Amino acid sequence: MKPFRIIGRSIRDAFKSVFRNFSLSIASILCATITLMVVAIATVVALNVRNATQQLESELSIVVYVERGTTDTALEYLENELKNINGVAEVKFISNDERLLEMSNKDSSFSVNFEIYEENPLLDAFVVYVKNPEDLENTTAEIRKKDNVESADYGKDTVDTIVTVFDVVEKATVVVVIALVLVTAFLITNTIKLAIYARRNEIEIMRLVGASNLAIKMPFVFEGFTIGLLGSIIPIIITIYGYIIAFEKLGGKIIIDNLNLIGPYNFIFYISLGIALLGAVIGMFGSLLAVRRYLKI
Amino acid sequence: MKFIELKNVNKTYSTGVTALADLSVEIEKGEFVFVIGHTASGKSTFIKMLYREEKPTKGSVIVGGVNVAKLRNGRVYKLRRKIGVVFQDFKLLPKLTVYENVAFALECLGMKASEIRPKVLKAIEIVGLKEKVRSFPHQLSGGEQQRVCIARAIVNEPKLLICDEPTGNLDPETSKEIMKVIDNINKDLKTTVIMATHDKEIVNRMKKRVLLIEHGVLTGDYLKGSYKSHEAI
Repeated sequence: MKPFRIIGRSIRDAFKSVFRNFSLSIASILCATITLMVVAIATVVALNVRNATQQLESELSIVVYVERGTTDTALEYLENELKNINGVAEVKFISNDERLLEMSNKDSSFSVNFEIYEENPLLDAFVVYVKNPEDLENTTAEIRKKDNVESADYGKDTVDTIVTVFDVVEKATVVVVIALVLVTAFLITNTIKLAIYARRNEIEIMRLVGASNLAIKMPFVFEGFTIGLLGSIIPIIITIYGYIIAFEKLGGKIIIDNLNLIGPYNFIFYISLGIALLGAVIGMFGSLLAVRRYLKI
Repeated sequence: MKFIELKNVNKTYSTGVTALADLSVEIEKGEFVFVIGHTASGKSTFIKMLYREEKPTKGSVIVGGVNVAKLRNGRVYKLRRKIGVVFQDFKLLPKLTVYENVAFALECLGMKASEIRPKVLKAIEIVGLKEKVRSFPHQLSGGEQQRVCIARAIVNEPKLLICDEPTGNLDPETSKEIMKVIDNINKDLKTTVIMATHDKEIVNRMKKRVLLIEHGVLTGDYLKGSYKSHEAI
């Protein structure tokens, strides 16, 4: 019963002291609010950039033209062979007629120009998607060796540049978010330290009347938890409403049609949960570190 | 019956200053002892050693059968629960009422609210502050604040009450009242009282045992002594 009473009182005292030391609490909460806001925005942007690069990467493909006159059996065999290559995610067959139709849909002059041919001059093709864009080059080389392959290509120069840039962008976003989380932890911890410095008398008195170190730490840890959690409320509200509004205004796209923003539902809830947890955990550890200073342990 | 026993206690601070040198003394259960000496004579260090705020560099400090000098930091709180401490600067929590300040000492120990209430009210009654239970420290006079501090120190019925210049910030009349409260605690509750002070008037009037510390050395131990026993002070 005794430990529960101490925990219960710690929670009660934590809430009391957030309100009784209002100006100090507000300073800590505001600090948490501002830094968590920056982390929330950076995370939303970073995850969307990551998502966009992944979408673009998944669009990267190898176009394999099949030699004219390849029989249906040989085509089927080739398709299976392509599917069996390591690292291939998907193989799509596009017959020459489909290609003609597609081109004509894009530009009507095609159908007119192609009318002079008796037979469709285009070749059948396979579009091969790979799991990892870095495999494009090796996979293409392997495909070229197969029978009935007229040519296989993936737009080497452009794709190589895009893959490198995406790689850098993805890594940079991770570094930025981690750096911001560390700065946030540092700032919140320091603000809480200042707030606790102002209350070192309280800690001294607790020690004098015989409170165990655990009983001294607990109310401060709960207080840090509360401050972190309160500090995360505004960033969470802004993240939820801000993202939904931005998503609707942009029609769910990033500049071009093929790039989709991450759907807001679930995504914003995970972000909110992450921000709340981050605030609470940093608040708790910040308080713990600060109190430890005044305990002779 | 020996309650406190210091044997060959030395204390040298990391700065090289020697605060206590080879100090040995015994104090019986229920005694009232004044500790006197100039500022920086080492009497504060002596007092702090009893509640293990300071550790001796050498020697042993036994309080209630426990060698406090060897107590691990994590266990100090168990000692403090048996000792009440009163300070010159009161050390009250400004945002708690009189009742809450006194109850705080028991809440820290995880006591039930139903047990806390009668103990707190009794302690407040002993120091004569029944009318002010709901006041905040800033609404009280210096003497009243010191009474709250005493109530907090005795609420857990400690065997030992340590007072570090409790009347240092108070006028002579108020000091008298405070001393009466402390004397009553010593007589009625049989609490051992050790009090560091500069107040000649009090020491001379009360005729209790006096320990004189000079330059870290115990130079006098007078039963029913007074400042007059040692003209140099």
